[in-house]
Amino acid sequence: MTSPYPILAILGILVVVMTLAAGLIWLERRLLALWQDRYGPNRVGPFGLLQVLADMIKIFFKEDWIPPFADKVVFVIAPAIIVGTVLMSFAVLPIAPGIIVSDLNIGLLFILGMSSIGVYSVVLAGWASDNKYSLLGGLRAAAQMLSYEVFMGLALMGVVLLAGSFQLSEIVSAQRRVWFVVPQFAGFILFLIAGVAETRRLPFDLPEAESELIAGFHSEYSGMKFGLFFVGEYLGVILISSLITILFFGGWMGPVLPPIIWFVLKMMFFICFFILLRAALPRPRFDQLMSWGWKVMLPLALANLLITGAVALAWG
Amino acid sequence: MPEGYLPIFLFMVVAILFPIVAIVAARLIRPGNPFATKLEAYECGIKAASDSRGRYTVRFYIIAILFVIFDVETVFLYPWAVRYKQLGWFGVTEVAVFLAILIVGYIWAFKKGALEWV
Repeated sequence: MTSPYPILAILGILVVVMTLAAGLIWLERRLLALWQDRYGPNRVGPFGLLQVLADMIKIFFKEDWIPPFADKVVFVIAPAIIVGTVLMSFAVLPIAPGIIVSDLNIGLLFILGMSSIGVYSVVLAGWASDNKYSLLGGLRAAAQMLSYEVFMGLALMGVVLLAGSFQLSEIVSAQRRVWFVVPQFAGFILFLIAGVAETRRLPFDLPEAESELIAGFHSEYSGMKFGLFFVGEYLGVILISSLITILFFGGWMGPVLPPIIWFVLKMMFFICFFILLRAALPRPRFDQLMSWGWKVMLPLALANLLITGAVALAWG
Repeated sequence: MPEGYLPIFLFMVVAILFPIVAIVAARLIRPGNPFATKLEAYECGIKAASDSRGRYTVRFYIIAILFVIFDVETVFLYPWAVRYKQLGWFGVTEVAVFLAILIVGYIWAFKKGALEWV
């Protein structure tokens, strides 16, 4: 099942996703302000909505220099990789019946593969910057993303097992009777944590921890290249929220309202949850993050997989 | 020939073009006025004494090795997850044996302190 009008779907998804990513910058600032008893951006346009536009204009006109000591080619390529790979993942997301660029039968694998390539972006950015903070940030990002990717894959295996397919639309259809969050609650929690680590958001933003690494892998970035990292982060948040919706919360399914509304509602809920995490949680130390991953998450993910397999088989 | 990859390819072209267009467009309209102080490394205090590409902790290397082992394991488990109904209890047992071997290695790595960060 591929969209009858692929070009339309491609452009539609790109425009919506990019607009949403820009809108999230405003939403995040407003929500954080709400939870921290301040106003947030409220001057430019109604409710400060035009702040997004102002920021965009600003970032286009900002001077954007490449440090002379940096590895120039890699320095420019790195931010492009993150935006490119995250955008690519949206190609296989079924937003509603028929609203999808291409419903690959290996959809989930495709997304995992793309997020693996995304790791290169931060590593190369940290390496090319030739700044001590950036290098440390890049290495941290690599270690963190690699570690949490293992559990991400393992946590998703339970869903694949229940649905019997990597095809995302099949996974949504398989949840007609019960959302996978019920039989796969452990998998959901594991994926949520791995997802936060994968997007390098607070509380797992150690690669860019501003209090110690002054922005980590993108310390040396300015102007549009910094803007791309910024947009890439929000695209990642949208992607992980959409994935949680599709894999564990029945995707577009829901009563009364049209499918696309349900999808957007569920996705927005998780986006707001991501922002709440940022407002509510402190940042752990890096060694805590790594040992949490390898010593707690990995055994849990393996146990979850085996138990799911055995129970699903015994059930019928 | 697998189907459905043409739209993916088109999407890839657009996804690659997007950051390129953004960077090039910004390059065309932004000012460019670099001077010596601006081009220094973004650190405070005295000038950086050395190149930053020196030595760093070997822990990152160990994590990379662990990642290779456990990610390959994940890849081995995927085919089973898709076909587990057909494979039945035989498949579950096989996976349990496979994981048992892996867990022995995991415990060894744990005991050796490969998972300790400091």
